[in-house]
Amino acid sequence: MSDSARAPTVQPLFLRIVHWINAVAVIAMTLSGWRIYNASPLYGFEFPAGLTLGGWLAGALAWHFTAMWLLAINLLAYLLYGLATGHFRRRFLPLWPREVLADLCDVVIGRAIHAPGRYNAAQRAAYLLAVAAIIAAILSGLAIWKPVQLQELTALMGGFETARRVHFFAMAALFLFLLAHVALALANKNSLVAMVTGKSEPTP
Amino acid sequence: MKRHKTSLADFRPRIERIERRLFLKQSLSLGALTMLSGCTLKDDDAVDRLLFAMSRFNDAAQAALFNPTKLAPIYAEADLTTPFPFNAYYDEAFAPVIDGDAYRLQLSGLIERKRPWPLRELRALPQVSQITRLVCVEGWSAIGKWGGVPFRIFLERIGADTSARYVGFRCADNYSTSIDMPSALHPQTLLALDFPGRPGETKYGFPVKVRIPTKLGFKNPKFVTEIFVTNDNPGGYWEDKGYNWFSGS
Repeated sequence: MSDSARAPTVQPLFLRIVHWINAVAVIAMTLSGWRIYNASPLYGFEFPAGLTLGGWLAGALAWHFTAMWLLAINLLAYLLYGLATGHFRRRFLPLWPREVLADLCDVVIGRAIHAPGRYNAAQRAAYLLAVAAIIAAILSGLAIWKPVQLQELTALMGGFETARRVHFFAMAALFLFLLAHVALALANKNSLVAMVTGKSEPTP
Repeated sequence: MKRHKTSLADFRPRIERIERRLFLKQSLSLGALTMLSGCTLKDDDAVDRLLFAMSRFNDAAQAALFNPTKLAPIYAEADLTTPFPFNAYYDEAFAPVIDGDAYRLQLSGLIERKRPWPLRELRALPQVSQITRLVCVEGWSAIGKWGGVPFRIFLERIGADTSARYVGFRCADNYSTSIDMPSALHPQTLLALDFPGRPGETKYGFPVKVRIPTKLGFKNPKFVTEIFVTNDNPGGYWEDKGYNWFSGS
């Protein structure tokens, strides 16, 4: 591809919108969640207050219970789109553990191929895990928000206190993904540009 | 421990505030809005207005999700959290100690029979006890045993207008809160007279606490001295500071 204006769209507009709404929602949920965590820390440490969102517990809760709608509705739109258009099948399958491991090694030694819109196996696994972590965060979040009205879900999560921990580790998994995702996107500007403009820059 | 006898004078600041609120009509929204301002995003009123609007939307969503016949899970004696954590907006040492013999539960608002209730008459009403989980807005939870009068029976006994929208509570520790009528009529909502902890301990709300297993802990007032029924949302101590009003579990 020599002319990026004529380059095919590798990230459709719908996906780009959903991606950036999700980015805002996940960051708002994480930073406000850290403030809520600090009100009653589970694991002998607190998140630096300066990094959190909301200013105090009530403010953080207000943010958390606002951004949750954005996160959940956006995820629902993404899942419906992915299933209806065959996007998930095309982008995420096949997914063989051996391929994932091989591509993961390539990522580590910096030899991985990042072609926007065409994911290597390690990317496919990482994106699916990120979606799974968001789903786990939403389900465990509902379980601790409504331990009476949704008590069947809370029981499925192992009870209220276990659901709190599931919620924490879903956040932790998603946050680790976010760190790797941002680092790799900055190292492969092409994919970052594609997620903004939809087009792939010419590869050197 | 100081003795705390309740009188009208104790409530004067509160009554004045409520009068001011009735005057303002949009009381809850103004109170909460003021509190959210400067506490969430600095000097960004548009954001605070959005957060406040979403909190009211979440009140409606939770009211719609509330199932009046769905019971909170019941636990066994072996599950009890001991010692049960003390929690209030002040330290444990400042918890009021109330003289049970002099105590009278005051009633006001949309209630037919407003005669104050001494403790022994509350004791003469049907009593039940239950072991449920109290979930705090801070995230922690504790399992406790509360006994007392099913709140629905009490509301019927005093001729409360159960078609009204809200039940409000005022407390000897200058705390206040309010709940929706469907939650007040829930079969597990209790006018609690027996509390977690050892007999004689008064810090958990003696003589009267309202225990609502379908609400977060801060919606369960201790040291209750007055109950009123109203159609204007009375807000509450934490609710006016910006915590979500419905706060159902």
